[in-house]
Amino acid sequence: MAAEETYPEDLRYHPEHDWARIDGEEATFGITWYAQEALGEVVFFEPPEVGTTVSKDAAYAEVESVKAVSDVFAPLSGEIIAVNEAAQEEPELINNDPYEGGWMVKVKLSDPAEAEALLDVAAYRELLSD
Amino acid sequence: MPVQYEGVKEEHLAVRSGCGIFDVSHMGEIRTSGPEAEAFLQRLLSNDVSKLALGGAQYSCLCAPDGGILDDLFTYRLGEQDYLTVTNASNHESDLAHFLEVAADFEVEVNDAHADWAMLAVQGPAARDLVAGLASSELPARMTAAAVEIAGAEVLVCGTGYTGEAGVELMISPEHAPAIWDALLAAGARPAGLGARDTLRLEVCFHLHGHEISPERNPIEAGLGWCCKEATGFIGAEAIATAREGGTPERLVAFKLTERGIPRDGNELLADGEPVGVVTSGTFAPSLGLGAGMGYVRAEQAEPGTSLEVDVRGRRRAAEIAAMPLYEKHN
Repeated sequence: MAAEETYPEDLRYHPEHDWARIDGEEATFGITWYAQEALGEVVFFEPPEVGTTVSKDAAYAEVESVKAVSDVFAPLSGEIIAVNEAAQEEPELINNDPYEGGWMVKVKLSDPAEAEALLDVAAYRELLSD
Repeated sequence: MPVQYEGVKEEHLAVRSGCGIFDVSHMGEIRTSGPEAEAFLQRLLSNDVSKLALGGAQYSCLCAPDGGILDDLFTYRLGEQDYLTVTNASNHESDLAHFLEVAADFEVEVNDAHADWAMLAVQGPAARDLVAGLASSELPARMTAAAVEIAGAEVLVCGTGYTGEAGVELMISPEHAPAIWDALLAAGARPAGLGARDTLRLEVCFHLHGHEISPERNPIEAGLGWCCKEATGFIGAEAIATAREGGTPERLVAFKLTERGIPRDGNELLADGEPVGVVTSGTFAPSLGLGAGMGYVRAEQAEPGTSLEVDVRGRRRAAEIAAMPLYEKHN
């Protein structure tokens, strides 16, 4: 049921195991396969409200397994323009499909240049192997 | 015992639908024997030990003179003058010291038996049949214990558990435990960890020492008055009789969230915006599919159906006091 371990080439990664799919001045955020695996089965996802702002490296959402709560960190700064309501209804999407159906928020970026500080897939895989 | 093997939710549901095994060898044991063993345990334990038949099991509290709960215990009567009491791991040393201190006044021998026993809890609707398939003779009924040969080793089989499911707890000489564990797995039992043990017991509102019960709480407010027989004169009986007579300012309740969210231990409980209590255990309850827990609230706010809020890390979640147990089998 859980997804295979994958790290898509087209994403940028944050060392706290978050990903960003950047499309011009907008981006979609989520957590990586490694993060969902470490967390275990997600039973609750609490996104922020549309219209609020998030800051790079700061917690913007919570995910919970049966046993524990974890913060989700923003890979980039901006304003929330959409949240994944399907993942609120079915939090297991975050485990089963972490890069597509399990996305968390869409953000209008306030400083697209921040993306330069994120990792590409090779650098993120290297971080995981340390 | 690990927190999980496959995942808490999966293990939880496996126990509710089939059979799980928990390695609970961390639990402690105290063996009490001698001509005054019954009188001695009657002094220590809140329940009426004289009602404990040969081969029977009995739940009780171990209380301080002020009625505070030092531990909650299962005692098995193995012989006319021979009893085995199972302690919580974190209280084992202090329980043992308390037993030994009180034993000075009785003709009784008290032994630390922790190292003598490994303990496996086999729980779930399929558990008894699964164990029976490996057993040389019939399994003891619920709330009784008997020696039975299982997978070639002599095991003390106890018809008890901590999940709300049918099942047995196996007390095993440690050298035989790995083979029995393997035999149970081969027969189809699923290993389950501490995480599922906690969610299973919470759904059926069993107390966990250090959470719902502690030296700061008496059995009456904890809803454990049923296992206190003050007429036996056990240590703490007077204080408990007073609490039973006069009522307690707070009471332990179970609650369910009526919106999404997961309550956690230590979260504040509110009614009409005012603090009324605190969560002692909270989780996502896998068989209910929602956030649920137990906690203490002011006695006048303890009725099932009462609306509450739980302050979960600064966000207030709507909840409702629910009847205990939160989960009940319908078959």
